[in-house]
Amino acid sequence: MTVILNEGDSAGTAGAASGSPVDAAPEPGKAMTRGRLVLIRFMRNKLALVGLAIIVAMYLLAFLGPLLTQWSYEDRDYTAFLQPPYADHIFGTDKIGTDMFALTMRGLQKSLIIGLLVALISTTVAAIVGAAAGYFLGVADKALMWVVDLLLVLPSFLIIAILSPWFRGKSWWLLVLMLAAFQWMITARIVRGMTLTLKEREFVKAARFMGQPARTIIAKHIVPNMASLLIIDATINVGSAVLAETGLSYFGFGVQSPDVSLGTLIGGNAESATTFPWLFLFPAGFLVVFVLAVNWVGDGLRDALDPTSTRVRKREKKDTKEKAA
Amino acid sequence: MAGFLLRRLVNYVVLALVATFLAFTLASVTFDPIGVLQQRNPPPPAASIEAKKRDLHLDQPIPQRFVTWMGGVVQGDFGRTIADRPITDELGRRIGVSLRLFLLGITIGILFGVLLGVVSAIRQYKFSDYFATLFSFILLSTPVFVLGTLLKMGAQGINDSIGTNVLIFVGEQTPGFQGNWFEHLGDRLQHLIVPTLAIALGQIAYYSRYQRSSMLDVLGSDFLRTAQAKGLTRRKALFKHGLRTALIPMATLFAFGFGLLVVGGTFTERIFGWFGMGDWLVTGISAQDTNVTATVTLFVAVCVLFSGWLADVLYAALDPRIRVN
Repeated sequence: MTVILNEGDSAGTAGAASGSPVDAAPEPGKAMTRGRLVLIRFMRNKLALVGLAIIVAMYLLAFLGPLLTQWSYEDRDYTAFLQPPYADHIFGTDKIGTDMFALTMRGLQKSLIIGLLVALISTTVAAIVGAAAGYFLGVADKALMWVVDLLLVLPSFLIIAILSPWFRGKSWWLLVLMLAAFQWMITARIVRGMTLTLKEREFVKAARFMGQPARTIIAKHIVPNMASLLIIDATINVGSAVLAETGLSYFGFGVQSPDVSLGTLIGGNAESATTFPWLFLFPAGFLVVFVLAVNWVGDGLRDALDPTSTRVRKREKKDTKEKAA
Repeated sequence: MAGFLLRRLVNYVVLALVATFLAFTLASVTFDPIGVLQQRNPPPPAASIEAKKRDLHLDQPIPQRFVTWMGGVVQGDFGRTIADRPITDELGRRIGVSLRLFLLGITIGILFGVLLGVVSAIRQYKFSDYFATLFSFILLSTPVFVLGTLLKMGAQGINDSIGTNVLIFVGEQTPGFQGNWFEHLGDRLQHLIVPTLAIALGQIAYYSRYQRSSMLDVLGSDFLRTAQAKGLTRRKALFKHGLRTALIPMATLFAFGFGLLVVGGTFTERIFGWFGMGDWLVTGISAQDTNVTATVTLFVAVCVLFSGWLADVLYAALDPRIRVN
């Protein structure tokens, strides 16, 4: 999911327009490292910062939130069925008297863990497989390209849904593996493309002529040079993994009871959304805000790590055009 | 050019076949229709279970089952559902329901998405651009099942404030509706508005982001300046030269977009109670019905591949270099 945000362009352009990549004057006596530069660029992007704050807050809330309330997701309040939010139950209660706040926190926890794990696994696999395919080419490469093509025709949603009877009643870890198994391929294709160009660079050739094995070259020279892409990709993947998980869980093809995720909560309560909106709005709100925050951070990272990305050049071109006009 | 399109078509047919085979195999391996049958209470007699096994060809190896099923498909017979009703009877109606939703959704999505993207690009960094960006960012972070339910709540609110059911959000037509052709059309339209919005809004957001960046690329190009320099008005230069070029990279996206649409359509159909192909997929998987699942997969594959092929045709029409080669 590559989304382009305008706020990002203006942040990136400020650096480009001043003619030098370092626009924040480095403190005297302290060298400007790449890490610091990236950090400064990222900090300048307000939306990305807001997004980061939201993400951190959500992870904290998911794990510490249950401590904020006297109710556990297993408790039933027999004096309050289907109550709209009030002081005792800040998110209201459902039809068996469970506190919606406790339930939403539990769902949030599961969704966020799944999102993080899937993103980490799939980006790692994408880096390894993509780099190997691009470096060695041959049969493995052909197979990878073909599988990516096939995935366009057979959406991963469909495959996991078909496989769902098989992992019903088993651990949610299986769902994590399934989601990761179908999310790495498109990134792997991008990694492969970058490897093809990196392979011809002098430092890789030098390493090869010095007799380093392919394994070391990939691990030490090729993958670190794609760190920017991989970091951005892992971030965006958290968002798409959460969306994929909630989508599957909505139909009961994903997280299975007794586990609860935002998707099962939304799916279970969508029918009653018009009459008891709080049952639906709280889990849905958390989901949308989280994904939005992830997209903002992803965008901010893209601008900070890769200021030469197309957007900035575009603006430069436009500037020169305006000057010429 | 005919050769190019024909080659692509053959490639797509092979992909569709492989995708369907894969879905059929996965479904055959994971589904356990006999297990479902045996759990019935009272348990059916052994003889009828044996008969069911024979009917479903469970005694044969999976590739052979696929060939038998595919042989029927070629002759227009998609086999029988688990409840022993011919799939072909229901197929036409369900495809009609789904395509009505998809085609309208994607047409509106592309039209308004491209328009919004172009306007955003031309008026870059103006208020309208920021607004469009925020709008699409929020929409892209909102999964269809949340958006659909929110629209449902909105429609309910509008209906309540007007006092009559103007926007109907259950089903695709009023059952047993009596009236002439024109009244029928009106009834269908009333049912169509909210679900179409649910699909189209996401598509608009998706396309407008890409159209914006691809239009920005073109805005800075030399040929656009030349076109204006030789006396074309800005409007004419933008639409005759600019938009046409900016649409080329979009052509590929339209194919991708359709895949997204099919998955999104599944949610939309379920939320609004339309008995289309997406709904059939969910009921098919829940009933562990291999034939229905494979039929829907084939439909999805054909849709995605047809739109991919259409993208190739568009590509050739927009980019003369492809026609020459």
